[in-house]
Amino acid sequence: MKAEPGYSRRRLTDALFRGACAAAVAVALVPLASVLYYTTSRGLGGVDLSFFTELPKPVGEKGGGMANAIEGTLTIVGMSALLGIPMGVLAGVFLAEFPGSRFATVVRFSADVMSGIPSITVGIFAYSLVVLPMGRFSAIAGSVALAVIMLPTVTRTTEELLRLVPGTLREAALGLGVAKWRATVSIVLRTAAPGIATGVMLAVARVAGETAPLLFTAFNNRFWGQGVDQPIASLPVQIYTYAVSPFEDWHRQAWAAALVLVTLVLLLNVTAKLLVRSKVAAR
Amino acid sequence: MAESTQTFLVRAQPRILRRLGRESNTGDLIFRVLSGGFAVLVVVVVLAMGFQMAIGAKLSLAKFGLGFVVSSDWDPVRDTFGALPFMYGTVVSSLLALALAVPVSFGVAIYLTELCPVKLRAALAFVVELLAAVPSVVYGLWGIFALSPLLREHVEPALASTLGFLPFFRGPHQGYGMLAGGIILAIMILPTIASVSREVLRAVPDTFREGGLALGATRWEMLRDVVLPYARSGLLGAVILGLGRALGETMAVTMVIGNRAEISASLFAPSYTMASVIANEFTEATGDVYLAALAEIGLLLFAVTLLLNIVARLLVWRVAKPAGAR
Repeated sequence: MKAEPGYSRRRLTDALFRGACAAAVAVALVPLASVLYYTTSRGLGGVDLSFFTELPKPVGEKGGGMANAIEGTLTIVGMSALLGIPMGVLAGVFLAEFPGSRFATVVRFSADVMSGIPSITVGIFAYSLVVLPMGRFSAIAGSVALAVIMLPTVTRTTEELLRLVPGTLREAALGLGVAKWRATVSIVLRTAAPGIATGVMLAVARVAGETAPLLFTAFNNRFWGQGVDQPIASLPVQIYTYAVSPFEDWHRQAWAAALVLVTLVLLLNVTAKLLVRSKVAAR
Repeated sequence: MAESTQTFLVRAQPRILRRLGRESNTGDLIFRVLSGGFAVLVVVVVLAMGFQMAIGAKLSLAKFGLGFVVSSDWDPVRDTFGALPFMYGTVVSSLLALALAVPVSFGVAIYLTELCPVKLRAALAFVVELLAAVPSVVYGLWGIFALSPLLREHVEPALASTLGFLPFFRGPHQGYGMLAGGIILAIMILPTIASVSREVLRAVPDTFREGGLALGATRWEMLRDVVLPYARSGLLGAVILGLGRALGETMAVTMVIGNRAEISASLFAPSYTMASVIANEFTEATGDVYLAALAEIGLLLFAVTLLLNIVARLLVWRVAKPAGAR
């Protein structure tokens, strides 16, 4: 069989196209590799016991650690999870249970739109909502900002995972005469719980690295946290402060903190991925 | 004669049903109101955000009016504020980021949906999404100590010597500036555009592809003539989502763009973005007008990103509807 005229040219175009797409993937992975390489090679030297146990030293003195920033991040992120997760999960349950209504569409749309709102404007929102009335920066204000940021992600994740639960399970429950809400809570929600937990974990991991909304809500603090109504340090803000400072030793610590933060985020992501995969495989 | 269980049940059925019904109605009602209340909250937060920021910006809105967006006079000492240089910095750095990120993101999305061996697909997609998981401030740190020196010592001299006749590639090589900001932004919006595009491409029915291939098209022809026309509006949505993300991205840009409120044609020159000026000056803003001016920048940013996101979501939903809206 003879090939039609121009066939080799078409094949060449196709090969070029395939090559370009594969090259795009390679290009996309270069920055990731570089970021991981730099954080590991520059950060590893700074991660030692004092990093986790000591307070920052005053300017000019070598040594010290970021213990207070770690404590602060745990406090802020923990409180924001307490705020954001229940709200998001319930809103997600609503979307999955009453999907058809126009109201549900509005909520779903708002959540999607909300996830694209810049985190810095969420910071201004939390500032006027919490900092202004209280009269000072505080851990609470930071948590409110982060909770707002995680809300749309948690909502949509919950909705999507609830949808994966087979309808037959719910029908079986309803067929036994169980009230609708019991069927939702004890059967559907419980079945989807591991998946939801995974998704929520990712949402939390993402806000743990947020800096911009904390700058003028949680602010910063050189000492241990003094209560949730006081300014508090956090790892991302500390990385920022140290990175833009002119001190060599602070740069070293910023890299160390970045390594800790990135390791944490990557571990959570990989764990979530593996959990989801093993669940899918088990089905 | 003793009543059989069966007839007992039949007689009692209305009572049981009524009891069950009553109980479930109250429970269901509470449940519905509770979950619905939090769903309302999602909408309320979005509205409240705009409202709060409008209130915060009131002073500045009243004092400067439209002049705010056309003046480049940012002087806290004399209490006059104009946001033009920041708007310029934000728009140009975001467009630069789009120019760099869109081709790569589309390439990645196409590779992952159309060309990639199935075994590799999930793993590659995961790795690309990890780009979005790295915190902004870490990109900023990397930008200061890795990207910026690279630009200063290699990329900028090379650009200047080859394309230096263009006004975009002139001036001293500093490593910090519009170019660095644009590149960092491109890296950060790449996973967004890639993953939304992938979702859109996956929503194109396989029968379309099979039809194209069966007609003798190569992969490229099938993609160009069948898949892309079908997915076009969704892909546009993905790009707009990326743009929205670039406009509002704060930390990494703040750390590499140089933070100087100047309008310069050169990409080597330092610049300043709307998000960066808020990040840098909000806590130091003394005086109500100053604070209001920063809030107005926030309001502008909020309004623009909100609008872009609404448009983008509508476009994406046209191709790939979310599960609930089908």
